[in-house]
Amino acid sequence: MNDRKYIMTGLVIFLAIVTFPFWYNLGKASPGPEVKLSDKAKAAKQCVMPTEYMRAEHMQLLDLWRHSVVRNAERIYVNPSGKEFTMSLSNTCLDCHNNKADFCDKCHAYASVTPYCWDCHVDPKEVK
Amino acid sequence: MMETSRRTFLQMAGIAAVGLSAKPVLDAFAAEHGGAEALPSVKPGPDGLKAKQWAMVIDTRKIKSSKDLEPMIEACHKMHNVPHFADKHHEIKWIWEEEYKHAFPTDVAKFMDERLERIPFLVLCNHCENPPCVRACPTQATFKRPSDGIVMMDFHRCIGCRFCMAACPYGARSFNFQDPRPFIKESNREFPTRMKGVVEKCNFCAERIAVGKQPVCVEVSKGILTFGDLYDPNSAVRALLKENFTIRRKQNLGTEPSVYYIV
Repeated sequence: MNDRKYIMTGLVIFLAIVTFPFWYNLGKASPGPEVKLSDKAKAAKQCVMPTEYMRAEHMQLLDLWRHSVVRNAERIYVNPSGKEFTMSLSNTCLDCHNNKADFCDKCHAYASVTPYCWDCHVDPKEVK
Repeated sequence: MMETSRRTFLQMAGIAAVGLSAKPVLDAFAAEHGGAEALPSVKPGPDGLKAKQWAMVIDTRKIKSSKDLEPMIEACHKMHNVPHFADKHHEIKWIWEEEYKHAFPTDVAKFMDERLERIPFLVLCNHCENPPCVRACPTQATFKRPSDGIVMMDFHRCIGCRFCMAACPYGARSFNFQDPRPFIKESNREFPTRMKGVVEKCNFCAERIAVGKQPVCVEVSKGILTFGDLYDPNSAVRALLKENFTIRRKQNLGTEPSVYYIV
């Protein structure tokens, strides 16, 4: 029982160290990234699907695209309003969103997501 | 009697309460699935060429030297961002030239026809009707497209195990031992490159067929190559097969190659 003060001090120091990242960063959370739309994307008003859908599910959409293009030879995407698009990351997506650094990379860097799409697919703007 | 009916009443009230509370959930489900709005769909392009089994006929009588083959090899490799490695061990090739005795090792006569011995043969993936690479692939990254018989690579799925390379009797597949991008002289920005650790091969220009164009090698071949549907009796390849004696590579293996050579 004589060791109570040592134990308590130890506990306090331990807790302080463990919670250090939380109170050190308190109030310093970086704001979410502001996505910059290219002029072409702005002019088009809507992407292949509504913005909310694209924001949340563009990866599922791209997965469907690559699957149907490569494996089923189906290359045209018809969205709910009947508009048709060629399913191609480099030639359709990046044609409109031609500012990969400001559009894709900003969010991906913030969320620490590094998709390996760019290992093979070419951003026409980056290769000069 | 009174007891039982009160119990029944409470049971019914309970069921009704569950039913009422579930309704908004069901409504939400109904709105999400179907509803008035149509679902997005996918379909093939309107101009795409169709066939049961794509095939190629190579007229070797029109080949005099390597010079005749160069434009086809170059056009293909340029279009598909095929890298050029100086080191032979790292070589990537979709379409290349080969001597007769290497292309047809089981059909070499003792005293060969001089012309056949001398001229270069153009070889590429045979898009076999019975492809051994497809059976060997553990991830189905290489597969035979049921719609038109093209043996394709799904680079997204390839894990680089190279079983397909071991299985292919024609050496038609190449492995990327290093990042190919720095070794592509002129890149075609409309076609992706590959990454390290992925097997690649000729895809019969599936991306061109989809928009109604012939494979690029056929286009620049000046009549040496003919492309068409093997199972359409009126196709250009069938017309050639009907009138000429043709051979195929390593036919005795039973892979049923779809590339025919007029000799």
